[in-house]
Amino acid sequence: MDTFPKLLMRHALERGARPAIREKDRGIWQTWTWRRLADEVRLLAAALAAEGFKRGDHLALIGDNRPRIYAAVCAAQCLGGIPVPLYQDAAAAEMSFPIQNAEIAYALAEDQEQVDKLLEIQPQCPSLRRIYYDDPRGLRHYDQQQLMSYEKLLELGRVLLARTPSLVDEEIAKGHGSDTAAMFFTSGTTGVPKGVVLTNHALIDRSRAVAEMERLGEQDVVLAFMPPAWIGQNIFSYAQPMVAGYCICCPESPETVVNDMREIAPTYYFAPPRVFEALLTQVSVRMEDAGALKRWLYKYFMAVAKRVGTKLLEGQKVSFLERLRYGLGDLVVYGPLRNVLGMSKVRIAYTGGEAIGPDLFSFYRSLGINLKQLYGSTETSVFVCVQPDGQAKADTVGPAVAGVELGFTPQRELLIRSPGLFKEYYKNPEATREAKDAEGWFHTGDAGYVDGDGHLRIIDRAKDVGKLADGTLFAPKYLENKLKFFPYIKEAVAFGADRDRVGAFVNIDMDAVSNWAEKRNLAYSGYTDLAQSDAVYELVAGCIAQANADLACEPQLANSQIHRFLILHKELDADDGELTRTRKVRRRFIGEKYGSLVEALYNDQETVHVEAQVRYEDGRTGIFSADLKIRDAKTFAPAAAKSAA
Amino acid sequence: MSDALLEVRNVSLAFGGVRALSEVSFDVRRREVRAIIGPNGAGKSSMLNVLNGVYHPQQGTIRFEDLEFRNMDPHRAAALGIARTFQNIALFKGMTVLDNIMTGRNLKMRCNFLQQALWLGAARREELEHRRAVEEIIDFLEIQHIRRTPVGRLPYGLQKRVELGRALAAEPKVLLLDEPMAGMNLEEKRDMCRFVLDVNDQFGTTLVLIEHDMGVVMDISDRVLVLDYGRKIADGSPQEVRADQKVIDAYLGVAHSA
Repeated sequence: MDTFPKLLMRHALERGARPAIREKDRGIWQTWTWRRLADEVRLLAAALAAEGFKRGDHLALIGDNRPRIYAAVCAAQCLGGIPVPLYQDAAAAEMSFPIQNAEIAYALAEDQEQVDKLLEIQPQCPSLRRIYYDDPRGLRHYDQQQLMSYEKLLELGRVLLARTPSLVDEEIAKGHGSDTAAMFFTSGTTGVPKGVVLTNHALIDRSRAVAEMERLGEQDVVLAFMPPAWIGQNIFSYAQPMVAGYCICCPESPETVVNDMREIAPTYYFAPPRVFEALLTQVSVRMEDAGALKRWLYKYFMAVAKRVGTKLLEGQKVSFLERLRYGLGDLVVYGPLRNVLGMSKVRIAYTGGEAIGPDLFSFYRSLGINLKQLYGSTETSVFVCVQPDGQAKADTVGPAVAGVELGFTPQRELLIRSPGLFKEYYKNPEATREAKDAEGWFHTGDAGYVDGDGHLRIIDRAKDVGKLADGTLFAPKYLENKLKFFPYIKEAVAFGADRDRVGAFVNIDMDAVSNWAEKRNLAYSGYTDLAQSDAVYELVAGCIAQANADLACEPQLANSQIHRFLILHKELDADDGELTRTRKVRRRFIGEKYGSLVEALYNDQETVHVEAQVRYEDGRTGIFSADLKIRDAKTFAPAAAKSAA
Repeated sequence: MSDALLEVRNVSLAFGGVRALSEVSFDVRRREVRAIIGPNGAGKSSMLNVLNGVYHPQQGTIRFEDLEFRNMDPHRAAALGIARTFQNIALFKGMTVLDNIMTGRNLKMRCNFLQQALWLGAARREELEHRRAVEEIIDFLEIQHIRRTPVGRLPYGLQKRVELGRALAAEPKVLLLDEPMAGMNLEEKRDMCRFVLDVNDQFGTTLVLIEHDMGVVMDISDRVLVLDYGRKIADGSPQEVRADQKVIDAYLGVAHSA
């Protein structure tokens, strides 16, 4: 069983009637069994063959989590082709690079929106010959020859399969584990995206290692709600179910995820920290709106959870009285809260992709949710380190998964050797050589070390870890994460490399702050107006002072306290290049784009004028100007910290 | 004139001494998007109210398909397949989106009170069938996330969308939209335009709409009827109407010395 199509066909035989994919459609969860999925894949593969799709060809997939998108991934693999999922929220121009790079001729688009984008970039992408679409809505009057509906495509498959019934199965038999299974374009915090080529063997091996470690099986259920173009989602909703035979569920629409999650109650869950953060913000906001009794109960029992919840999960000793209190809390607070979050049945929850705030991490664990961290990237088929049950620490990402070797350069850069490593960056031998050395070590670009228990601890990106002018350590991401844990702060960008002190940009969380403002009868017209009000500045200054007090307690970081800050006039946005598609801040880019603001943090200006080009969703650009306030934040002497905090 | 679905001839309507409409004639063709525009008080809403039988004109006739009427009345209009939305939203605020749209299926329900109360087989089958139709509309209008939300808690733009959904639930032949974009922001307007065009395209529904936003009207209508002081002053394609001197005068005013 060395390829995904072979795995699928085995599931169809062994558990043909079990659910493989569920999708909520017209208000009802519709189930595709493994047999149905296998039949659809066979038809679709035949259809692609009829369209001239050959071994080694690439198929672009642009859409949200839909059974048909996943069926197409496997159909391409059946023929020895390579699926290339692309981010569905990417602007048209961003899609042209992958399509040109891999000379993609075939694409499956979810709907009119995606078809429009593909048609728009077609002049720059002459290789693109065929565009298939799933949802025909709005496309009736499109008469471009390269367009074809999914239904019509399947019809071609039916005709071909009737003539040569064994065609697809013969093609599947020709596949090998060493064949390329998929290509993912990394969002790239710097430079142009790179196509990461992963083999069947790499993806299957890593998926299996963790499936065995966590005892995943057909009884498990996953909700697929992150973009399928992200390796994280793809592993959890394609590679791993193919190995373990569990069922994935596709939400009805991006807006219904919270509700769908509650209906499905997944047992296995993976989300980047920002999703957990957003959920917590929602809970906090709603608790503020609750009645006095509920607020009191929440406060009281969350304090109990904070004291003993994590200990209970780790199996440590807890006194009988505390156990009783926690049991009561479970009845009135934690249980209902887990239910609201859709996490009542979660057996294993992972977070990764970015560091998670320690308080955020322990919040979920103290509720009794088995949240654990993992470490990995596209180049490593995700799984490098995973925290085993009962050993989840907030500041590490766990020990290496079976089969993985870790190493370090003298500069503390993490090196990895694993069966899950990527084959190459597509058509980019130079980058491949840079990332993967002659001995097969992958250079991650992350700085870290292995602690006494054998757990890997990541500090920051190796190139971002810097020094302040006085030579003390400056780890910007660490500071940003500290700020982002406050519900009122959505994003933060810290500056300080080679400077005498640290300054920061802040984005407020519109949901949380607008709710806070409403309670205080503060009127505002929009994001910028609210962000620039004195009251909000005071609110944020309070958060930063608290973070500074924490920092003052950590000897190496006491000098990194944030001295001055400003609240940005706009939310950082991936469309403006300020965030990656996975919403990581691109610090260097922001520093250059808002150079004058950074400078203003370091001279004594009270306000700074900003004029920025903004790009609207329809692609037009405009000029925006405003005066931003700059404020000092309260800082603490390392010794005085304890009493002030 | 055989492709006209709806035809209005010489309709005049007066409230006491106020003449709301004077001898207005126009037709609506099958599957077209027909706009009625005009300055405030031009008689646009009165015209819609005549079409679905809320007002009874003193003079003139209305022909719908093969039937000719002196007066329409609201029940008959609904039964014939004429649905409408209102300028100021008329939804049940305390009911969910789903239930509100379900009320649009009212005329299609065949089971009697007793059957429904006892939840007999026929009533259950019927309910499922209607629910399916409603879910299609919810999917079409992309409002799955508010399916269970009481309408009163929704922002204005979404309420407008729900109202459109309820009108669609009746599977009308003609849909009368009274200022569907009024009070909306740019983005909401753009969404609504798309839905209006999609309704026309996908369900083949004929649309008659009143709208103030000239940009919207010119973009989405096939033909435009212009009223001023209850009289028809122009009728034609958006380009023709835009170039018509009388229309320009009505909107921009005309110098009295002329």
